[in-house]
Amino acid sequence: MTNETMIGITDVEKHYGSFRALGPVSAEIAAGEFFSLLGPSGCGKTTLLRLIGGFDDPTSGAIMISGMSMAGLPPNKRPTNMVFQSYAIFPHLNVAENVAYGLKRMRLGREEESRRVDAALAQVELTGLGPRMGDQLSGGQRQRVALARALVMRPKVLLLDEPLSALDKKLREQMQVELRHLQRQIGITFVLVTHDQYEALGMSDRIAVMFAGRIAQIASPREIYQNPASRQVADFLGGMNFMTCRDFRTQGAEYSALLPGLGTIAGKLDNGRGIDPDNATIGIRPERLRIVWDGETADPKIVGKVIDRHYYGEITNLLVSIEGQENPVSVVETNDFGADDIPVGSSITLTHDRDAFVVMEG
Amino acid sequence: MKFQGTLGDTHQDGKAGGQGRTAPPTIQAALRTETGKGWLTISPPLLYAFLLLIGPILVIFANSFWTQDYLTIDRTFTLANYKAALSEPIYRDLLLRSLQVSVSVSIVTVVLAFPVAWFVSFRGGRYKGLWLFIITVPFWSGYLLRILSWKVILGYNGVINTGLLHLGIISEPLDTLLYNTTAVIITLAHSWAAFAILPLFVSLEKIDRTLLEAAADLGDGPVRRFMRITLPLAMPGIIAALMIVMIPTVGDYVTPKLVGGKDGVMIANAIQVQFGKAANWPLGAALAVSTMVIVAVVSGAMVLLLLGFRRLMK
Ligand SMILES: Nc1ncnc2c1ncn2[C@@H]1O[C@H](COP(=O)(O)OP(=O)(O)OP(=O)(O)O)[C@@H](O)[C@H]1O
Ligand SMILES: [Mg+2]
Repeated sequence: MTNETMIGITDVEKHYGSFRALGPVSAEIAAGEFFSLLGPSGCGKTTLLRLIGGFDDPTSGAIMISGMSMAGLPPNKRPTNMVFQSYAIFPHLNVAENVAYGLKRMRLGREEESRRVDAALAQVELTGLGPRMGDQLSGGQRQRVALARALVMRPKVLLLDEPLSALDKKLREQMQVELRHLQRQIGITFVLVTHDQYEALGMSDRIAVMFAGRIAQIASPREIYQNPASRQVADFLGGMNFMTCRDFRTQGAEYSALLPGLGTIAGKLDNGRGIDPDNATIGIRPERLRIVWDGETADPKIVGKVIDRHYYGEITNLLVSIEGQENPVSVVETNDFGADDIPVGSSITLTHDRDAFVVMEG
Repeated sequence: MKFQGTLGDTHQDGKAGGQGRTAPPTIQAALRTETGKGWLTISPPLLYAFLLLIGPILVIFANSFWTQDYLTIDRTFTLANYKAALSEPIYRDLLLRSLQVSVSVSIVTVVLAFPVAWFVSFRGGRYKGLWLFIITVPFWSGYLLRILSWKVILGYNGVINTGLLHLGIISEPLDTLLYNTTAVIITLAHSWAAFAILPLFVSLEKIDRTLLEAAADLGDGPVRRFMRITLPLAMPGIIAALMIVMIPTVGDYVTPKLVGGKDGVMIANAIQVQFGKAANWPLGAALAVSTMVIVAVVSGAMVLLLLGFRRLMK
């Protein structure tokens, strides 16, 4: 990945009548980056992707691709290609004709065209499926044809609108790996829309988390998970225990707080992101709380009571109520030490690393 | 006759007769099978279709091989009627003219209806229903009324002539507007417009709009998009519209009679004469059957032509 900017989005807004579906949002996407737009349904992901692809015009703001303003340019004049959520495979054409659709206009000659089509089909592992009609394909095949059809155009940017959401879990996971491989291999910029947090975390170089038409945070998957900017982001990506907190203070880049039942904690505010002490929440990820087994020494020790238990095969999720905390905390443990044997109702001792807490807005 | 089943075993919606039973299936049992129930369900419309559609055709077909003998019908098999229908110049000319008129009418109608259907489907927004409603409004007036109004528009002292006179474009009324084949084509094209717009609209509605976006994404401008996506995918509607207009117009005799004059007479007028004044049902029937067969052949040719065109559009 180079640091050259491929897509520049500046204060872009999209209104439908008096309803603001998007914005204002700003973002810079680097050349060769795998960039994901993640957010709940209706938050404006598709809207933003369609603005980049030129299918809609922004109400205000500017979009640059590869240093050129895209204002007023229709999709056929942009260096982007799109994999649609519904795949949009042409039903009256066969697979090879679908893939060759955009090449026809270039008049490459029969041989060069079929060479490129074959190469694109091989890239998505559909060799030999060329003569199959577009309306006779399985979901996974349609997805691959859509991908091949876009890639064969050799775009600077590939836009993907929830390309995997129609597939079953197994195929989806397989395609996630393949897509990521493909992107590394050909090195073009991918912008992927998804509402699946694991998809975004597993595939992206960076993620933009969106809520209600705004971007709440743009960061790497690890950063987003470990250091969510707000309660909303933390809640959307994985589980987070939001703690009851008294006496939250900041001093420079340090903070301290009293968590009833857990004692006083202190730590660093990460990344120099300032925080308003009146609008701050402290949280801890369920896997950062650990069970203290008999005979183990630990500091600190937090006493609680198991009120519920959920078994998930390799892990168990325990709900533990702690005196002084309004909400029970969720604790995730792998089952290799017998967390799945802890009876509901029993007392339990928990501990955590000193830096395990996250301070966020909200 | 013995009942195979009682009320009690109607729940077994399987085959007639249980396992190991050797009794022959009765009508009741046969009606309880899936196929039997199917036939039972469609029997009223089937009966209706048979009586009102197939029955008359059979009568016509039979008549075409008989001979009119003054007031009675001679029922010995003969091909003489077909010989007359296909070889006498008068009938051959009428048949050719009818075909020419109906093919022209269907093409003119579809060419004019397509933009309307396209507009309602692609630009109608939420007023699609209203647009379709408005399109059908002219068809609330009677068929005859609409034909007669074209007489008023195209006539010697009609709307077009007086308009052109007023504008000074012509110095005396044109008498070439009415009472010829063109007048028949114009009037029929108008009469059948709504019937062409509807199937076209339906086929355009069915086109997934993201296909057009995908075509744009792959580099096509509006014209190429239309030629490569919209037109091929609307082809079933285009074929349906052409057939819906062409097939009935071959047999139309009211329009040619009212606006066609001497030059606009069509085959149906001749058929009508044979069944009416001339009282020669067998000849009329032979003309009708010949027309039917020829129309079927021409329609088939048109369909093949359009499908070939569609393949070319790839
Ligand atoms: N053509 C439109 N007219 C009016 N409102 C629209 C239109 N398109 C989208 N919206 C609204 O804009 C908002 C954002 O829509 P968008 O399609 O971008 O959501 P999304 O994040 O892609 O959701 P999903 O994950 O469900 O696909 C939604 O509230 C939607 O109702
Ligand atoms: Mg969407």
